[in-house]
Amino acid sequence: MTLDELKIGQAGTITGLQGQGPVVQRLMALGLLAGSLVRITRRAIGGDPLEVQVLDYALSLRREEARRVTIVREP
Amino acid sequence: MTPSTPRPAAVIALIGNPNTGKSTLFNALTGLRQQTANYPGVTVEQHTGRITLAGETVTLVDLPGAYSLAAQSPDEMVAIDVLLGHVPDLPRPSAVLAVIDATNLRRNLFLVTQLAELGLPLVVALNLWDVAQSRGIRIDTAELGRQFGATFVPVSASRGTGLDALRAALASAIHAPAPTPLRVLPEISAAAADLGTRLRAAGSHLQDYEVERALIDAQGSAERRFEMTAGAGFLGELADLRRQLGAGVSLAEAEATARYGLINAVVARTEQRAPREVTLSDRLDRITNHPVIGSLLFLLVMAAVFQAVFSWATPLMDLIAGATSFMGEAVRALLPAGALASLIVDGVIAGVGGVIVFLPQIMILFAFIIFLEDSGYMPRVAFMVDRLMRSVGLSGQSFIPMLSSFACAVPGIMATRVIPDRRDRLATILAAPFMTCSARLPVYALLISAFVPARHYLGGLVNLQGLVMLGLYLLGILGGVLTAWLLKRTVLRGPTPTFMIELPPYRLPSWRSMLLKLTERGRVFLVRAGTVIFSVAIIIWALAYFPRPAEIGETYATEREAIEASALSTVDRDRGLSALHAAEGAAYLEQSWLGRLGQFVAPAFAPLGWDWKVSAAVIASFPAREVVIAVLGTIYSVGDQGDGTEGALRERLQSATRPDGTLVYTIPMAVGLLIFYVFCLQCAATIAVIRRETNSLRWPVFAWVYMTGLGYLGALLAFQLGS
Repeated sequence: MTLDELKIGQAGTITGLQGQGPVVQRLMALGLLAGSLVRITRRAIGGDPLEVQVLDYALSLRREEARRVTIVREP
Repeated sequence: MTPSTPRPAAVIALIGNPNTGKSTLFNALTGLRQQTANYPGVTVEQHTGRITLAGETVTLVDLPGAYSLAAQSPDEMVAIDVLLGHVPDLPRPSAVLAVIDATNLRRNLFLVTQLAELGLPLVVALNLWDVAQSRGIRIDTAELGRQFGATFVPVSASRGTGLDALRAALASAIHAPAPTPLRVLPEISAAAADLGTRLRAAGSHLQDYEVERALIDAQGSAERRFEMTAGAGFLGELADLRRQLGAGVSLAEAEATARYGLINAVVARTEQRAPREVTLSDRLDRITNHPVIGSLLFLLVMAAVFQAVFSWATPLMDLIAGATSFMGEAVRALLPAGALASLIVDGVIAGVGGVIVFLPQIMILFAFIIFLEDSGYMPRVAFMVDRLMRSVGLSGQSFIPMLSSFACAVPGIMATRVIPDRRDRLATILAAPFMTCSARLPVYALLISAFVPARHYLGGLVNLQGLVMLGLYLLGILGGVLTAWLLKRTVLRGPTPTFMIELPPYRLPSWRSMLLKLTERGRVFLVRAGTVIFSVAIIIWALAYFPRPAEIGETYATEREAIEASALSTVDRDRGLSALHAAEGAAYLEQSWLGRLGQFVAPAFAPLGWDWKVSAAVIASFPAREVVIAVLGTIYSVGDQGDGTEGALRERLQSATRPDGTLVYTIPMAVGLLIFYVFCLQCAATIAVIRRETNSLRWPVFAWVYMTGLGYLGALLAFQLGS
C-alpha cells in the first residue's frame, strides 16, 4: 500500500519510493526513505494535503507525493 | 583589523534547515551590523553581517535555508557557489557555521554530513538546546563532533545563551587548518574527483564537488551546469558512471541511504530521548489545525490583523500627515517664495511624507507577519489553504504574500521569499500587486463618492457605494488570480509545485529577535522604496513646476493688486485672493511640462474618455496612485490646503466640462477610471521591490506594462461599451 492510503493515526514502515528525479530526491532528504517509520497525524479539508510524523518532526505533503511512498502498515 | 595591516575580512557561511532559528541566530550574532547585497550573477539577495571574534572582524553570510545541498534551482545553487568561493567579490568562506534543531537531530544532520565533506572547518550550533533539555533529550556533543569532524556547540539563539562558546569555536575555526573531509560516499567522491581532474584538463572550471553533485542530482542544477561546460564525451561518461556506481538504484537514493545509515548509527550512540509527551504545541495544533475550528480561527486572526492595520495605524498616519504639512508650512514661511521653496515643500516634503504616511500600516502588518512566522502559525495556514491555491497553479505558500498585499504590496512581495520554487515565486510576485492596497482606497473613495449614487437597499443594510467598493476588491482579486493562472500556463509553465513543508512546533517568539527583524524590514522599506519615490517625486514636481512662464505671474499680479486695492470686505477679499491663487496654480500647471505632456498624450487616452487634465493627473500618479488626487486638486484649482478640499474636488469633478460643454466625468468614464486604478501599477515602491526581489529589470518592466496595459484596456472597454 502507499502512504496516502493510511488513515489518521495509522503508522507504517517505508519500503521504497516509486520513481526518480528531484521530487523523490527531496522526499528522501526529508527522511522519507526505506526503513523510516511514518504516521499520519492530520489531513486538511478535503483530505489533502496531509501531515505525517517522520523522524522526529511533522511534515506536510500532498496526496500526490504521498502516493509515491510505498509502505507496510504497522499494527 | 588595524589600518596598517589591511587584509580582506574572513568570511563565515551560515547555513541550516528552514525553521531552525537561523535568522534568529544571525541577528543574535550580528545585532544591527547587517546589510543586504546583490552579488553579480546571484538571483537571490545575500544577507551579510559583521561579527567580532577575538578582536577580528569577520563577515557572516546568511545562506538561504536548505535541507540538502542538492540544488534544483539556480537560487538553491547559491549555497554551493558561496561555499566553493565562486561568487565574485566574496572570498571563499574560512569556515562554515551550520545551525541545527537539537530537538530534531536526524533530519538536520543530513545537511551536516554534506557540509562535512567540503573540507572547510565546520562549527555546528545545536539551537533550541533549552527546548531539547526540557523535553528530556540528552545529546553527547563531543562524540557527535568526533564522528563528523566538527565542533558542536549548544545554543539557544532566542535566549542568547551559548553564544560566547559559539564565538570562541568560530574564532578558532577560521584559523584552523582544512580538516580531512568526511567521506560518506567514497566511491562516488573518488569517481567525481577523477572525472573532475580530466574535465579541468579539457578546459572546464568545474570543481570536484560540483561534478559530484552533477553525478548524484539527476535533473538538478549542477547537472545543467555540467551539461553546459562539458563536451559530449563527458556527458556519456556521466551517464555510464551513474549506472556503474548506482548498481540498480539512483545515486540520489544511494546518497540518502548512506547518509541516513550513518546518521542513525551515530544518533543511536549520541542521543537519548525521554518518551515523547503530549506538548502544549500538540494541544494547540488540535485546535488550530482542526479542519473546521482551525479555518474559523484563521478567518478570525486575519480579521483581527486587518482591523489592527487599519484602525491602529490611523492616529499615527494622521500624526505623520499633520507633521508633514506642518513642516511644509514652516519651511514655506522661512524661505522666499520661488522654485527652491516649492522644490522643498511640494517636491521633497510632500513626496517623502506621502510614503512615510504608510509606514505605520506597513510596520503593524510586518509585526503581525513576523509574529505569525516566528511562532510557527504560517506553515499551518499554508497547510490549510494549499488545496485552494492549487486550483490556480500555486501552493499554500503563496497565500500569505497575497493576503499581505491587501495592506501594501511591498511587504507582500517581500514575504514571497519563503516560496522555494522560482516560478511560483514570480507568479505570486506578479499577482500580489493586484490586491487592493491601502493606497488605492483614497482614489476609490473620491471617485465613488463623486459618481456612485448613495442608494440604500434592504432597509439601509446594503448601500450601492459599498457594493461598488466590494466589486473593485473582487475585480482586483480576480485579476491577480487570473494572472497567476495564466502565467503558470505560459511563461512560468512548469510542474505543479510540490508542497513539502515542515510544520514546526509552536514557539513563543523572542521579542528581541522580532524587534530586530521588524526594524530591518522597516529600514529596507524606507531606504529602498524611499529613495526611488524620493527621486520620482522630484521629477514629477519639476515637470509640474517648470517652465513657469513670466506672463502668468504678471497677469495674476495685476489682478491681485486690483483685488487688494478694492473696497471689498476682508472676508470677500481673502476669498477672492485664494480663488485667484488657485486659478494661478491651475494656469501654471496647464503651461508646465506635465500639463503639456498631458495635452500631448491626451489623444492616446481620448478613447477612454479622458481629457488632458485627467491624462496629466494619471501620469503624475506614476510614483503613487493617491497622488492623482493632489494633482486633480491643483488642476481644478481647488487648492490643496484646508479642510473640505475633498468635497470641493468632488463638486468640480461632477461639473467639469470639455470645451464643447459636455461633461468629462460621465458614468462610463468614471467607472473606467476606477477600473484603471484597480489594475494599473502606478506605484514606484512596488516596482522598486519587484526589481529588487527578482534582481532583474525584465520583471518590473513586464509587470508595469502588463498591469497598466490591462488598466487601459479595462477603462477603454468600460467607456466604449458604456457610452
